[in-house]
Amino acid sequence: MERAESQSPPRMDRRIQIWGMARAAIVPIASVVVALVIGAAIIALSGANPLVAYSALFEGGLGSGRAFSRTLEKATPLIFGGLAVSLAFKCGLFNIGAQGQLLLGAVFAAFIGFSLQGLPSALHIPLALLVGALLGALWAAIAGALKAFTGAHEVITTIMLNFVAFNLTDWLADGPWKDRTPGNIVARTPAVAPEARLPDIAGAPLGIILAVLAAIAVWWLIWRTTIGFELRTVGQNASAAKYAGISVRRMTVLAMVASGFLAGLGGAVETLGVVGRFQPGFNVGLGFNAITIALLARTNPVAVIPASLLIGMMQAGASRMQFNSGVASEIIDVILALILFFVAADSIIRRVLRLRAEEGERVTLSSGWGS
Amino acid sequence: MQITGSMARPAAARIPWLAIGAWGALAILVLIAYMRAPQATTAVLTSTIRQSTPIILGALAGIMCERSGVINIGIEGMMLISAFLGFLFNVWTGDLLLATLGALLIGAVVGAFHALMAITLKVDQIIAGTVINILAVGTTGYFYQQGLTTRGKLTPVSIPFLADIPVIGPVFFSNPPITYASLILIIVIHVLLFRTAWGLRTRAVGEHPAAADTVGIAVNRVRYINVIIGGMLAGLAGAFLTLESVGSFERNMTNGRGFVSLAVMIFGKWTPFGAWGGSLLFGFANALQSQIQFLKNQLPPWLAWIGDLPPQFIGMLPYVLTIAVLAGFVGRARPPAAIGKVYEKE
Repeated sequence: MERAESQSPPRMDRRIQIWGMARAAIVPIASVVVALVIGAAIIALSGANPLVAYSALFEGGLGSGRAFSRTLEKATPLIFGGLAVSLAFKCGLFNIGAQGQLLLGAVFAAFIGFSLQGLPSALHIPLALLVGALLGALWAAIAGALKAFTGAHEVITTIMLNFVAFNLTDWLADGPWKDRTPGNIVARTPAVAPEARLPDIAGAPLGIILAVLAAIAVWWLIWRTTIGFELRTVGQNASAAKYAGISVRRMTVLAMVASGFLAGLGGAVETLGVVGRFQPGFNVGLGFNAITIALLARTNPVAVIPASLLIGMMQAGASRMQFNSGVASEIIDVILALILFFVAADSIIRRVLRLRAEEGERVTLSSGWGS
Repeated sequence: MQITGSMARPAAARIPWLAIGAWGALAILVLIAYMRAPQATTAVLTSTIRQSTPIILGALAGIMCERSGVINIGIEGMMLISAFLGFLFNVWTGDLLLATLGALLIGAVVGAFHALMAITLKVDQIIAGTVINILAVGTTGYFYQQGLTTRGKLTPVSIPFLADIPVIGPVFFSNPPITYASLILIIVIHVLLFRTAWGLRTRAVGEHPAAADTVGIAVNRVRYINVIIGGMLAGLAGAFLTLESVGSFERNMTNGRGFVSLAVMIFGKWTPFGAWGGSLLFGFANALQSQIQFLKNQLPPWLAWIGDLPPQFIGMLPYVLTIAVLAGFVGRARPPAAIGKVYEKE
């Protein structure tokens, strides 16, 4: 099959292309601005100074080298989650299960990390990452296969699988893989071996490097490979894809597997890079933030990076904000929900800015339970 | 797309032999358990009803929305916001009835917001629900202050005579008001959906909005009202949590119950009684989880392995069952045909 070029003419005028990209960014940027303004109003309403709060938030996220590395730390799993959700969206699938896939990836990466001792880093790290990613892929594959072969809607199955994953990982961390060192009473696994911890490469944590590489890989997969073309075709029109000889079932399973692989990898990276072990209650809320990021990035894998950095910055700066201005860090969740609202209900922003929705600019999302 | 034989016969009219068999077997099991350990059995069953109350209310909320063709995965958030504001109303007024009504009102407002997004703004309905869920966690977390003292909670009311019947009495006739309300609402919603003109309109709008429109039904109006009613039901579930069960608010206290409600709704194939069965199952799993320590010694030897099961395995049971039902391993679950689709006049 020819390379997919149906989306844009090959030699489009560069200026038009850049203008098109800028146009696509208008609604997300405006959404963030409006959400921040409403957030400021809420902060003011509760008796605090929004300017003080926001400058503390900014300072806590970008103000110093340490602050910035905290932002990168927070953004890393968000990039993986955002990519996972975006990739599934491209195939018309709504993966709400990034949370569960992440948990599975995290707990198995921790297991490989603490159970093997004395392995060189060059072997231990890739192995732990791969096992984590594969477990995430396997977890998502359940939902993919159920969708492909029984029609069970992935939204519900992934939500249910999230709860099964909570219970399963909870049990692993409290039972067979519990940290048995004397004095430990909480549910957690032992710490991973030092050889399995992710190092910094040229001053940057390996985790963020992997996340950026993953974004590029996903972009390449979606726009430069036959599989990507088939994936997008299924996402845009499943019956047309079927007539073109594409196996919708295969693509459904494949998209979920790839999506779960990314989420699982995110969990593994977080475990080996930041936490150093698995603990229940790990990265709660990531699954939903990943949806916000995917929509903010309009499911564009490369745009997932700045979207994640923005949200990572907010999360990193939240505690400084709480300390400096007394504004509870939960305001971040409120702002994130508002961002999601304005990005999804883009007709509001479009009306205000007098922007017309252009053909092909709309992001295809999932369908109802029925189809 | 699954147009199967079930189109011909409405789900409510079929005789659910499987369900009857399962419930019969369960009844016998309960009887045996009661003869062996009366107190523990009654405790588990009472706890089952209480645990299932918010779930069935949430599921009824889901049924009202989805029967009219609107997906609602924001039930979790609706519950949480209503639970929070219901609690605040109680702190301010000290009047539990007023607080419950307040929670209902908040549920209606959030329901209207969902309807606005899903119907008028044509937001993807799953995302609309996600907006509500995240917003609920954020706003309740943000405005919650530690140290708000509770001003009491709804207490059980025993119905004379009926409450004295062994097993059934304490389980069904000695409950707090919202639990009674949930039991009554199951019947009310069933009658509303399957025996009234409004129910017929709701189902028509959910199955084939274009056809409903041609016979003069205002599709979006029916949807709006159903989603708002759904919001009120979710609000009542929230009121249960803060005003009847716990007595105060805790961050994120819904703890996934709204999602379980969705599961239970599908498990019950979008019918109130089916959903009740599902929520009892869930309540039972939860009750067992909390009572297993006390039950352990009273189990017969051939069932002793249940006592040794990690609680997490019992905890995941309802979710696994839901997946099985959804996948058609245990009967087919067919959602309303027009669900999730915005209706636009031709």
